[in-house]
Amino acid sequence: MEAHAANPSTAAPRAGLRLPGVGAGLGRGLVVLYLSIFVLLPLAALTDKSFSLGLSNFWDQVTTPAALDALKLTLIASLIVVVINAVFGTILAWLLVRDDFPGKAAVNAIIDLPFALPTIVASLILIELWGKKSPVGIDISLSQTAVVVALLFVTLPFVVRAVQPLLMEMDREMEEAAASLGAGGFTIFRRVIFPNLLPGLAAGIALAFARALGEFGSVLIFAGGLADTQVSSIYIKQLIETGNEAGAAAVSVVLLLCSLACLVVVSLIQRWSSRHDRSSGLTEMPLSGFDPGVSGITSETMGEREDEERE
Amino acid sequence: MSSTTSRWGLRVLGLGYVGLLLVAPLILIFYKTFEDGLAPPFEAITSPDGLHALKLTLITVAIAVPLNTIFGVVCALLLVRHRRRGSALIDAVINLPFAISPVVIGLSLYLLYGTHGWFEPGLAEAGIKVLFSTPGIVLCCIFVSIPFVVRETVPVLQEIGTEQEQAASTLGANAWQTFWRVTLPAIRWGVAYGVVLTTARVLGEFGAVSVVSGNISGQTQTLPLFVQKNYENFNLPGAFGASVLLALLALATLLAMNLLKRKEAA
Repeated sequence: MEAHAANPSTAAPRAGLRLPGVGAGLGRGLVVLYLSIFVLLPLAALTDKSFSLGLSNFWDQVTTPAALDALKLTLIASLIVVVINAVFGTILAWLLVRDDFPGKAAVNAIIDLPFALPTIVASLILIELWGKKSPVGIDISLSQTAVVVALLFVTLPFVVRAVQPLLMEMDREMEEAAASLGAGGFTIFRRVIFPNLLPGLAAGIALAFARALGEFGSVLIFAGGLADTQVSSIYIKQLIETGNEAGAAAVSVVLLLCSLACLVVVSLIQRWSSRHDRSSGLTEMPLSGFDPGVSGITSETMGEREDEERE
Repeated sequence: MSSTTSRWGLRVLGLGYVGLLLVAPLILIFYKTFEDGLAPPFEAITSPDGLHALKLTLITVAIAVPLNTIFGVVCALLLVRHRRRGSALIDAVINLPFAISPVVIGLSLYLLYGTHGWFEPGLAEAGIKVLFSTPGIVLCCIFVSIPFVVRETVPVLQEIGTEQEQAASTLGANAWQTFWRVTLPAIRWGVAYGVVLTTARVLGEFGAVSVVSGNISGQTQTLPLFVQKNYENFNLPGAFGASVLLALLALATLLAMNLLKRKEAA
């Protein structure tokens, strides 16, 4: 069978040659093995541990006051952050696509900084500017505001990079038509531009939210792990350090489920938008250190690409 | 409100936001690091612990990046050229590392390889130490950076289509020849982009590593952990020096991303 796949003369005409050396079946086996060893097995151990002391213990662990406070802070801070970054992200995307100003290329490049900069370094540079030694005299470190600012920093690129390609592809004629019919700037944005940006905006928001939920490094130094600035990931770390592995695993599973829900939302948005003929914008979203949740493969191309079984 | 006013308003808002949130803190850290000259940060990084952290970080890059690159290309080929029912599931699993908190990733590995972990008896017998040693750190880095090469290669593979590959096989090229001479040259910038992102992620991985490594100076300390420990111990030249080194690598990453995007577009 491997020989079949690797043999051009007998390969299906549209198949071309794809996986060298190994046949598709062996290749798939290796990919599954790799993912199992490095991703699925650890997650299985985590889930196993979280229920190791029974379901009631699981429930007790995730409903302790500290766990609930941490989860509440995580969810509320993430929510505030995605709203703020949705607004500024859209403004930035608009500036980068429609406006022209000196240094635009540099701004476009620096937007991705949070993807490239280690999170612990982000935390350190934020506390140097907005901490006790702040040169501008504003100290927000070790507060809930710091949690929000740290999360704003790390999630800044998501909305920008999700909206930018949609804005690039948008037909200017619609806006011109609206303007010629007497619509003002804000009306045009609300009635013409915004609806077109919505799928990208929603995907960007969901991705930013998923990232914010799990953020650890950037919050650590800047906001500290105080009782009222403890996000879930920091709470989990403290449970590990105090030896409560089952508790840490239980809270982890809850956090994991929240993030997974975000991924599902992203993939639903993408499926929806590809059905509504807006797929081009979303699927060609330039991914810089993040992903729209599903690969660029839309449901339409999926059918075409299904291979005949060669087993 | 005229359109020029609103344009300027948006500029001030958008650029002010980026300036305050990203650029100002970055500039400040460079200033603070070199306030007393080049010597203090340089000495901190070239101290035995600093050099060891750098070495360990480079070792993790040298293992995790090639592994995830090979995996990424093979996986992308499968997802695009051999789409099948189970592929959607593989697709979903690959996205997992994006959604999971680094601390949760670290804890998962901790529970798998640690005391009372699933693998603990076998590993102890074989005398292999995973936690609080290099293998655990490498496992973290592999986990967190699995998606990048796949994600960057899939769209490129879709775009190039199969015509050239078919032509090559019609002309008698075998699978390897087609891959090396046709497919790989066509997808190389996409793969390279993925490699840059993978490298940046591995260099900066902190949360997961902080759970499994133990953060022992000179032994299991990567550069980001070195930053944290030095900051906590009020050794600011060390924390700032390593931060600036990592920030420079981040800026180099942005530069590489830009160049590769241009190559890809060309």
